[in-house]
Amino acid sequence: MNIPVESYFILSTLLFFIGVYGFVARKNLISILMSVELILNAANINFVVANRFIFPEQLEGHIYSLFVIAIAAAETAVAISIIINVYRQKKNIDAKSINELKY
Amino acid sequence: MNHEISLVVVMILVLLADLTIGDKNKKASQLLSIGLFLAHTILCFQWSNSFSPTEAFSGMYLTSEIHMFVKNMLNIGTVLVFLYAYYWNTHENKSHAGEFYFLTLSTLLGMYLMISSGNFLLFYIGLETASIPMATLVALNKKREESAEAAAKYILTAAFSSGVMIFGISMLYATCGTLYFDGISANFSDFNLSIMGLVFFIAGIGFKISLVPFHLWTADTYQGAPTSVTAYLSVISKGAAAFAFMCILMKAFSNYPEAWKEIMWWIIVVTITVGNLFAIRQKNLKRFLAFSSISQAGYIMLGVIAGSDQGMASLVFYTLIYMFTNLAAFGIISSIEDQTGKVSMDDYDGLYDTNPKLAVVMMLAMFSLGGIPPFAGFFSKFFIFMAAAEQGEYLLVFLALLNTIISLYYYLLVVKAMFIKKSDSPLPTIKIDNMSKVGLIICTICILALGFISPLYSFIAERSFGF
Repeated sequence: MNIPVESYFILSTLLFFIGVYGFVARKNLISILMSVELILNAANINFVVANRFIFPEQLEGHIYSLFVIAIAAAETAVAISIIINVYRQKKNIDAKSINELKY
Repeated sequence: MNHEISLVVVMILVLLADLTIGDKNKKASQLLSIGLFLAHTILCFQWSNSFSPTEAFSGMYLTSEIHMFVKNMLNIGTVLVFLYAYYWNTHENKSHAGEFYFLTLSTLLGMYLMISSGNFLLFYIGLETASIPMATLVALNKKREESAEAAAKYILTAAFSSGVMIFGISMLYATCGTLYFDGISANFSDFNLSIMGLVFFIAGIGFKISLVPFHLWTADTYQGAPTSVTAYLSVISKGAAAFAFMCILMKAFSNYPEAWKEIMWWIIVVTITVGNLFAIRQKNLKRFLAFSSISQAGYIMLGVIAGSDQGMASLVFYTLIYMFTNLAAFGIISSIEDQTGKVSMDDYDGLYDTNPKLAVVMMLAMFSLGGIPPFAGFFSKFFIFMAAAEQGEYLLVFLALLNTIISLYYYLLVVKAMFIKKSDSPLPTIKIDNMSKVGLIICTICILALGFISPLYSFIAERSFGF
């Protein structure tokens, strides 16, 4: 079976916008974090597909996506620890509860 | 590479000092950390004198003289932040003082890499190295609810914005086939996907510099973070990101300025106006300075839109002066907050009667931020307006000038509170610790003198040609 290149890009674009929607619409801080991961994975798909199908003689895209995965792991670790800190003080992780700083 | 290697060595030594003597003798380990970083700063100046352009990692890492200058500038700013933070670290933040120094230095390392990157991979790594430890710094005050809230907002928007940015970079890679800036510059065309990639990239980095449609995290994070961290965030991190942004636009997208000039035009107008209008209604001084720093970021972007060597020179000069000015204001706010816990503008009523010296320094900082002539802020604004006007951006410069008048109103509100308003219960007379005193004196001298030292500007301008 031969999958055309465009369908990969359609998939990554869909993932990206699902992530953006989730970032804006979700109320739970962990779900917001998961939406960010979707965005990063959309970019990863773009890199790998561009590397594999358009510039097969290179490795730059593959390596970039590996770095993105590693850095996203670090970012998630820090974000989760901060969310735990929020939970300790507010006893929930609802995005609506972190509303002391505004205007 | 000397700067980075020496900074990594300093980081390891600071960590070891905290591990070995940090528990027994807090003061000694802190003084050692500051001393080590001071030695690093001085050594960097030495290296900058005898310097030849280098590259490493097959062109991913590049340095030139202007990069050296900016790195030295960031070093000086970090030294000043350390001086201000000393009192906070020896009193309120006693149990986490070691972490403060280590994390600050690791963000600085990230900024070094970000500034001198020649490839989007190294740029991304530098940006994340600068912003992930920054989130932990914002959350450093574990007991305060505000601090956790500010950190949650910061890390989520930072992760989101870098996600948007690498999505844009992936589009650029798909169309240009390379991640090197010079390769992108050679292959960039008005292909729709390339333009989309550029727009996503600008949006992602706009979060970091807090340009207007992407500025919503700024005020919350600035208010909730510990004041020393806010000072670091508003000056060092913003200056580094703005310089890196200009470098990338000049290196990777200079062949196609019509793709980004119009976007930047609108972003600048909106940034300056919204920053100014929201600053007027702020009562908390940290929030007030957050909105003021948003509008200052708009002025800094005038250098970017000029896109010339002169734009580069005036951007670096503006960042330098903005650094000293804003650090003077934050020095005062952080010493008053450390000792009395007050940050509201109403608390500053009648400050001149009880603390005349502090009030005068704060007044100088506000005048310089507003751009009143004899102080340094006027000269930096003058150069950056001139750079933009020389590229024919007359309407933009006119709008920016109008906004300067609005900004004078709210900067003078602070001066009015300190000098004219009377208060029934003014702040008590505050005795500043010696470290902050040194920092404040340095900042005051720079505000008064830097505008008149014209060799400084020509020094920067010489180095920014063909950087």
